[in-house]
Amino acid sequence: MSLPEPFRLLAYLLGIMAFVGLNAAYLVWVERKGAGRFQRRPGPTEVGYAGLLQPIADAVKLLTKQVIVPPGADATLFRLAPVVVLAPALMCLAIIPFGPHLVAREINVGLLLLFAFGSINVMAIMIGGWASRNKYAIISAARVVSQDVAYEIPMLLVVITMLMVTGTMDLNQIVRQQAGAFWNWNLFKLAANPLMPVTFVIFYICMLAETNRAPFDMAEAESELVAGAFTEYAGMGFGVFFMAEYANIVVGCAVATVLFLGGWQSPIGILPGAFWFLLKLYALVFSVVWVRWTFPRTQFYGLLNLSWKILIPIALFTLILSSVMLKLF
Amino acid sequence: MKQPLRDIVGGFYSLLSGMRVTIAQFFKPSVTVHYPHESLQMPARFRGHIELVRDPATGKAVCFACKVCEKSCPSDCITVEGAKLEGAKRKSVTQFRLDFTKCSLCGSCVEACKSNAIRFSRQYNLASTNKDEFVMDLFKRLEAEGQ
Repeated sequence: MSLPEPFRLLAYLLGIMAFVGLNAAYLVWVERKGAGRFQRRPGPTEVGYAGLLQPIADAVKLLTKQVIVPPGADATLFRLAPVVVLAPALMCLAIIPFGPHLVAREINVGLLLLFAFGSINVMAIMIGGWASRNKYAIISAARVVSQDVAYEIPMLLVVITMLMVTGTMDLNQIVRQQAGAFWNWNLFKLAANPLMPVTFVIFYICMLAETNRAPFDMAEAESELVAGAFTEYAGMGFGVFFMAEYANIVVGCAVATVLFLGGWQSPIGILPGAFWFLLKLYALVFSVVWVRWTFPRTQFYGLLNLSWKILIPIALFTLILSSVMLKLF
Repeated sequence: MKQPLRDIVGGFYSLLSGMRVTIAQFFKPSVTVHYPHESLQMPARFRGHIELVRDPATGKAVCFACKVCEKSCPSDCITVEGAKLEGAKRKSVTQFRLDFTKCSLCGSCVEACKSNAIRFSRQYNLASTNKDEFVMDLFKRLEAEGQ
């Protein structure tokens, strides 16, 4: 691409926004279709062929609804929260390498930027819950904070392990290191750390918890807390939270793809490019849907026990193990 | 140290086997009936509201307005009127009013009828915004069906 820099960035920005919008809309469809299939029913079928126009109908419905700020709520924060929840996801996608040259901005501290922005999500849900002036929303906000703080730690420990193995924070560089067939992917680099698949599983679990997905959907525990932090949101305010959930899933799966599954590298060594990246990304997204419709929500102390008593010790152990391996070999 | 590790591995294995169960369901055909587009055949002993039985020989209702069903009904849902047509040996039904809002589908009328002139229908699509629609004339219904 030989566009001048400002135009190139603008084109990528538009592309990313379109990508997030399309994904948020159609992942809802994928989710509902997937839920249907897992429960042996067809899922949405009425609007358009196989329900393909359902997300558009939903969007129109949400857009025509009134955005209500409940009396007594903090109006500024209440309106700000949906923006703050979606913006970091957009930001993170700007540095994800979709292909060898298909990246909005190649930054040598990409990984750091990713996790710095990724954790804003927590604050946004907390702001939304707090500003709603609703008891369910506040309980949910408190839960989200303790949950996401608990899961941030094993996730970052895993990322430090990956940093030590790869030696760079540049995402495109990390992908380039995994060139060749699939045994060169970080997931299978058992020479660097024999517990690499375990590391991936920890990352995956933390990713589910960070994006507040079932079985860790404490933010929107609809059977206990009405709709959790989103109880008071109506119309597109709620719609944006919903979009952000899917945007965050896409970002989480994209990071997992880059770190562990070789990004845009082809598993059989031919035709590396954006096609393979999207294939791996959506395979992971499908597994997220699969997990959601398999497991019931964990209890809250079970969730914290999992993090503090199991994931953090294992993540620490893999960290130490890979540093020992690096030192020895 | 050994037991917690075994718990973690065993727990993770149980999660995986749970996921294997759900993915197996994913590829099986769907089991639901897509209601407005397709509907189920009601079983033979399904109790819908009652309907009059048509005599296959004459094409008319079997009922001759003996009013036993009217008397047997514990909720007074049924009102039968009959008239003797010219040249006929016995009466034939001219009006069979069923107030389905009071009917509890107990089946006393069907049991009481000696000539098997009423039976349970298999109607289940019964929803309305108007209460009067459930006060129906089964004789008119039978006539309308005949045409």
